[in-house]
Amino acid sequence: MALQPAITDLEQLKDLPEVARLLAWNAGAVAGAKFDRNELTIWVDRTSLRAACLALKNDSELQYNALSDITCVDWYPNEPRFEVVYQLFSIPNKKYLRLKVRLSGSDASVDSLVPIWPGANFFEREVFDLFGVRFDEHPNLTRIMMPENWEGHPLRKDYPVEGYR
Amino acid sequence: MILNMGPQHPSTHGVLRLLLEIDGETIVRVMPDIGYLHTGIEKTCEAKFYQQVVPLTDRIDYLAPMTNNLAYCLAVEKLLGIEIPPRAQWIRVMLNELTRINSHLVWLGTHALDIGAMTVFLYCFREREDVLRLFEAVSGQRMMTSYFRIGGLALEPPLGFFDRVKDFLDRFPANIDEYESLLTSNPIWVKRTKGVAYLSYDDAIALCATGPTMRGSGVDVDLRRDKPYSGYENFKFNVPISTDGDVYARYLVRVAELRESQKIAKQALEGIPEGPVKADAPHVVLPDREKMKTQMEALIYHFKIVTEGFTVPPGEVYMPIESPRGEMGYYVVSDGTAKPYRVHMRSPSFANLQSLRKMCEGRLIADVVAAIGSIDIILGDVDR
Repeated sequence: MALQPAITDLEQLKDLPEVARLLAWNAGAVAGAKFDRNELTIWVDRTSLRAACLALKNDSELQYNALSDITCVDWYPNEPRFEVVYQLFSIPNKKYLRLKVRLSGSDASVDSLVPIWPGANFFEREVFDLFGVRFDEHPNLTRIMMPENWEGHPLRKDYPVEGYR
Repeated sequence: MILNMGPQHPSTHGVLRLLLEIDGETIVRVMPDIGYLHTGIEKTCEAKFYQQVVPLTDRIDYLAPMTNNLAYCLAVEKLLGIEIPPRAQWIRVMLNELTRINSHLVWLGTHALDIGAMTVFLYCFREREDVLRLFEAVSGQRMMTSYFRIGGLALEPPLGFFDRVKDFLDRFPANIDEYESLLTSNPIWVKRTKGVAYLSYDDAIALCATGPTMRGSGVDVDLRRDKPYSGYENFKFNVPISTDGDVYARYLVRVAELRESQKIAKQALEGIPEGPVKADAPHVVLPDREKMKTQMEALIYHFKIVTEGFTVPPGEVYMPIESPRGEMGYYVVSDGTAKPYRVHMRSPSFANLQSLRKMCEGRLIADVVAAIGSIDIILGDVDR
C-alpha cells in the first residue's frame, strides 16, 4: 500500500460527484479540493458553508444527511490561521466527505450548522471553547470543556503547554 | 424549578452534571454540564511522538481501550501507508470484539443496577472478570492495555492464550441467555424501559446519535460492515436493529450485539493465520530483542525510534471505527515531523449525550436514570 501523491488540482477532481455537484451549484463557493489517501476534502468559502451543506444534504443522489464531526486546526503563525473541519456522512451511500473552511485569525467566525443538524451544537461549542472560533447563530455558544471563567483557548498553538496560567 | 443532578450521582457513571428544569415531577428541559474530566488529551498528543500517543488513547474510553488503540493506530498507519500482516489484523479483530463484550457487560450490569435489578450486575461482572483476565494475559494490564502498536501488535500473545479465549467464547452464549432470562420478559424491567426515552429515526440523525443509540431508532449503520477496517470484511455477522427507539429497544440491540460479538470473535479465533504480528517497516516498528542483540542495524533503528521517533508524511486522515458506543473517529494531521500536528478524537459518548434532552423532555425524573443508562456514556470519552 504505497502512498500515492495527493491530487489537489480541481480540474482533475471535477468529475467526482461531490465536487461536480458543488461546482454546478455554485462554482464560486468552492475554494479547492484534495484527494489524498482515499479521502476527499473540499474547501468551501466561509459565507456559503451552510448553503453548501444543505445542497449536499438535499441532493437526491449524494444524500450527505448526517454530520459526523466538527473540529478545527490552528496553523499559527500562518494566515488564514484556522481551518474548521466538517466530516459529513451519507447514511444511504455510506460515504464520508470532508468540508473545510479557512478562517483568518482576526475574524474567526463562520455560520453555525445547528439549524441543519441540531447535533452540531456540542461540537461547535467545543471548537469555540478550545480554539476561540465563533459560530454565528449558535443558540448557546458558551464554554463546554473548560470552566466558565477560563482565559484563553487551550488548543491554539500559541497557548503554552507548560506552566501556570 | 431547577433540580441539580450530579456531578456525583451514582447513575451518571462518572462525573456528569445535569440541570433538570422540572414542573412537578415532569422534566421540562435537561441541560447537561460536562467537562469535569477534561484533561486536555488532544493538547497533550501534540507534544508526544506518534508512538507515545497510544497509551493516552486508552484513557479516553476506559471501558474500550483496545478500540481506541485500534482507531489511532489505523489512522497513523493510513498516514504512513503501511500494510499490517493478516495475523495481527485477525488478533486485533478478536480482541476488539472481546472489548465490546467487556464494555457491553459493564453497561448491562450498571444499567440494570440503576433501574433496580441488582442480580444482573453480579452476573455481568463475573464474565467481565474473565475478559479482563484475558486482557491481562495478553497485555499485562487489565484496563489500560496499550497492546496495539503502530504497525501491528506489541508482541505475540502468550502460550495457551487462544485456548483460554476459546474456553470463554464457548461458555459465553449460555451466560447471555442467563442475563436475558433475568430481564427480557421481566415485567418490572419492561415497565421501566418500554416506551421510555423515545428517540425517533429523524431525531437520531439530526442529533448526531451514533452506535446502538442510533440503531435502536432504526438507523442501519455499522461501520464494521459499511466501512470495513482491519479485515472486518472477512467476517460474517448481523447488525441488530430495532425501530422502537426506546430504552428497551436499545437494550435488545446491545444484547443482540453481545451475541454477534461472540460470533465474530469465534470466527477470528478459528481463522487466525500464521505469520508475523508486526509490519515489515523497520523505521516505524521496534525490532525484536533478539535482533537488537545480534544486528547493528536493528540496534540503530531501535535507538532512533525511541529517541527521536519516526517521521510521518504530511497529510490528514479521518479514521472512523465502530466502538461499543458508536463511531469513534480519529482525525490526525501530520506536518511531516515526528509529532502529530493535531489529533482530534470524535468520541461517540460526546455525540450521543446530545440526544438525552430529546429523550427526557416530558418524562419523569426516574426516567432520566433509565435514559442515561440506555445511551451508555463514558465520561472520560465525553470530556477527554
